[in-house]
Amino acid sequence: MVSYVPDAGHVDLIKLCEADERMRAVSLTTEEEGVALAAGAYLGGKRAALLMQSSGVGNCINMLSLIKTCQLPLLTLVTMRGEFGEFNPWQIPMGQATPALLSAIGLIVYRVDAPHEVRDALEAAVSLAFGSYCGVAVLLSQRLIGAKRFVEGT
Amino acid sequence: MIPAPYLNRREVVTALLADRGDLLVVAGLGATAWDVASVEDHPLDFPLWGAMGGAAMVGLGLAFAQPARKVLVITGDGEMLMGMGSLATIAAQRPRNLRVVVMDNECYAETGRQRTPTACGADIAAIALACGFPHARTAWETDEIEPLRVDIHRLDDLFLAVIKVALTDDPKTLPPRDGAYLKNRMRAALLGPRAVFE
Repeated sequence: MVSYVPDAGHVDLIKLCEADERMRAVSLTTEEEGVALAAGAYLGGKRAALLMQSSGVGNCINMLSLIKTCQLPLLTLVTMRGEFGEFNPWQIPMGQATPALLSAIGLIVYRVDAPHEVRDALEAAVSLAFGSYCGVAVLLSQRLIGAKRFVEGT
Repeated sequence: MIPAPYLNRREVVTALLADRGDLLVVAGLGATAWDVASVEDHPLDFPLWGAMGGAAMVGLGLAFAQPARKVLVITGDGEMLMGMGSLATIAAQRPRNLRVVVMDNECYAETGRQRTPTACGADIAAIALACGFPHARTAWETDEIEPLRVDIHRLDDLFLAVIKVALTDDPKTLPPRDGAYLKNRMRAALLGPRAVFE
């Protein structure tokens, strides 16, 4: 199961998940739903991943209590906003707080800045989450995915 | 609106869980978790002690993972209102083995009986229908409970039921608090040795 609140940085991954008949892609109304979904999936013997933008991390904080309290695996891929070259000031507070907040609620946080690091980081995150029963967030930095551009009149 | 007296929650939950077979149960935090624990401490129950607003989504994950089993989420009106968006998420997926029962006492009983919006007309069954649930209803009477129990086991479709229950001073019957234990116990009961060797 792969659940998501969409972000431009996850567009291709969401398409791949939706096209893969071995996967079930679930669109969420808020990111914390994906934490609870992953918990239920694991209770029933399946694995889940959660895709979100950094602005969604704050929506999940209390629900992430489930992960540490129950020693549940959680793999979340977070596309970053509010950092490298950000144009939208409203993204800055949550983007800047994201790594500290995820660490504070008990997740292990990996950060990826270059394309050649992505595969290694994800393989390590999967092993860690499902092998050691813990929550792991992989932050895909804004430098990696590219800063979003807003151009008036387009 | 039909006036009180509403149904007795302990009697309702005891009746709903009679002859439960291999039913999987997720209980929302607070009174509904105590209700479920008052019936018995069952390995196929996952009572939440936190994660408010998440009960229905835990149920969705479990329903996807165990398509051959029926999954019953029992939660309160306050807990369900906090996760109201999940009703839209769940309806869009329409898992045929998931059922959501909301024990609606129109207040946050655990924290001092402050009124919830259902005391002022918020209608969770109507919200579920508007989100796209194929079936949803509100039960007020004792004789509606046995047909609901039968539907939990036999209806091959997603549904939600709200049950209007009275405010009562029930003895607190607490389920185990250790989340890792509750998780491992359910997985072992469902998956056997695979639960710990994968």
